[in-house]
Amino acid sequence: MKKTFKIKNLGCANCAAKMERRIKKLDGVDSASVSFMTSRLTIEADDERIEEIARKADSICRGIEPGCAVEL
Amino acid sequence: MNSEHKKILIRLAAGLCFLLAALLLPAEELFGEKYASFAELGLYLISYLIVGGDVLLRAIRNILHGQLFDENFLMSVATIGAFFLAEYTEAVAVMLFYQVGELFQSIAVSRSRSSIAELMDIRPDYANVEREGALSRVEPDDVKVGEIIVIKPGERVPLDGEIVEGESRLDTAALTGESLPRDAGVGDVIVSGAVNLSGVLRVCVTKLYGESTVSRILELVENAGDKKARAENFITRFARYYTPAVCGLALLLAVIPPLVFSLDWGAWVRRGLIFLVVSCPCALVISVPMSFFGGIGGASRRGILVKGSSFLEVLSKTDTVVFDKTGTLTSGSFTVVAVHPQSVSEEQLLEYAAYAESFSDHPIARSILSAHGKEIDRSRISRAGETRGHGVFAVVDGRTVVAGNAALMEGNGVGYHECHIAGTTVHIAIDGNYEGHVIISDILKDDASRAVSELKALGVSTTAMLTGDMEQVAASVAKELSIDTYSSELLPEQKVEALERLLMGKRPKTSLAFVGDGINDAPVLARADVGIAMGALGSDAAIEAADIVLMNDRPSDIAVAVRIARKTMGIVRQNIWFALGVKVGVLVLAAAGIANMWMAVFADVGVAVLAILNAMRCLRLSE
Repeated sequence: MKKTFKIKNLGCANCAAKMERRIKKLDGVDSASVSFMTSRLTIEADDERIEEIARKADSICRGIEPGCAVEL
Repeated sequence: MNSEHKKILIRLAAGLCFLLAALLLPAEELFGEKYASFAELGLYLISYLIVGGDVLLRAIRNILHGQLFDENFLMSVATIGAFFLAEYTEAVAVMLFYQVGELFQSIAVSRSRSSIAELMDIRPDYANVEREGALSRVEPDDVKVGEIIVIKPGERVPLDGEIVEGESRLDTAALTGESLPRDAGVGDVIVSGAVNLSGVLRVCVTKLYGESTVSRILELVENAGDKKARAENFITRFARYYTPAVCGLALLLAVIPPLVFSLDWGAWVRRGLIFLVVSCPCALVISVPMSFFGGIGGASRRGILVKGSSFLEVLSKTDTVVFDKTGTLTSGSFTVVAVHPQSVSEEQLLEYAAYAESFSDHPIARSILSAHGKEIDRSRISRAGETRGHGVFAVVDGRTVVAGNAALMEGNGVGYHECHIAGTTVHIAIDGNYEGHVIISDILKDDASRAVSELKALGVSTTAMLTGDMEQVAASVAKELSIDTYSSELLPEQKVEALERLLMGKRPKTSLAFVGDGINDAPVLARADVGIAMGALGSDAAIEAADIVLMNDRPSDIAVAVRIARKTMGIVRQNIWFALGVKVGVLVLAAAGIANMWMAVFADVGVAVLAILNAMRCLRLSE
């Protein structure tokens, strides 16, 4: 399943690229994309795991750019 | 500028005051010779902390998170290094300059984000729905199919529906870029997102909000960031290696010359620090998605929806454009222009044709039915069927009627003859005897010929047309529009084969665009390098299948889309080369000891701001 989340306070384009790389490597993720301009994260993963992955993605984003958060 | 930006601005101004104080106050007179230098250093430090405290904090925080080589860290090391070299003014000023640049960048990004949001400001806020005899204002999401909504002048159409009462003019500019309002009256289908200009309309809702045109378009535009262009992926990959590489060089530059050649430590460490500032990747990384975003926004302003930056990239390299004929180059509204019976009367021939075609929803069938103009008595038909791509048959009043193209006649062993009038010929045979034919023709769209000539002017080397229609019709359309090649009488699966042949024949490193009306062209749209669907207002299949969706029915918009794509790619390239050029230039100058830290900061944030301003040009397209 494909699901899109909004990312709050995404201010740095390079950070977006870093987030995308790290989220892609998460276990269970088929594909992931972080769009800097639209401040959106799209994850493609198994239905049951998508919430868990989104939470992990959230902590990745917070770690890379302070103040950044995935709206779950 | 939002409140966050204003806060930063005030902070930077305060920092600047302390910096000026440190520079201008006669410290020796105020504090005495002994404490003057301490006082000055104190002022510089206060100024530095006010201006760059957040950068320091973030740098520390990110190191704890294992984020080395981020901008905060690089700027912190560079400016603290400058402090140790006793270059206080430079340290504070560079931090200040960096922060001003970051602020500009942030303002520019939020501006362009909101300007695109405004472009796509088609989301309706509410719907006036008639319930239990009264009108109530509800969320568009809460309205069910079949309910009656009322749209007053000035309001946005909240859901797709059919007008049951009232007449008005509708402004669809936000959806299609078409500035001319459309007239709408009872029985017309209206799409959500349009603005009602003059009269009150009562509309029967035909689609839930989630499936309505407006939600589909918004979804499409919001997801446009997914499919990233190669240029975009290239630059993020590049940044990944660029920053550590330049940092490594900075270290070598600071350490090797003094150690190996016993040169002055201060001068070489300074050069190393300049390298650190230049190694920040943001200018490079931000400018590319920004340009694509501008291009996609500029296109959607003209009613051209692009599903991702990768498609702009492919479209810019278009060298072959393949058109579907019906509904794309022609209006798709067929009319019967001639009826040529052999032995029966014209009216009778048309009646048999109409009965045979009455189960088909093909445009040709519909045109014959409307030319016949009378009710179809279904009880007269005992059997009916369709030979896909060829025609139909039916048993009417116990007589077998076969109506279709020449191939169908041959297949049934019926002798037929061609007509002198160009158009689609539907031959009719009854009980195996040829009874004559009906000629149906389709009119070219006004701008079809302009579409082809504009593409030629843009340097597209091959134009082609694929159609299920007859050779004779295809030939006359191709000739009239000066289309280079065409294939006619193609069945749906043969269209894909024909497209594959064209794909093999195209020049290397160029792309092939297929333009169709999206309803029956889905496989071909998917197979082409870039699939463009036309006239998508109201057609869900088109929005699904294509990479680029033209909201209007105008083939000439293809040339506009290609121009936008080329302009965007041009700006992307300019930005990449400009940012890289300036950075490399400053690195070389810094290594040679000519550049100072000011130039380095310019190479970072200054370049980023310029690249963003350049990217904003993507929004506009000159005529």
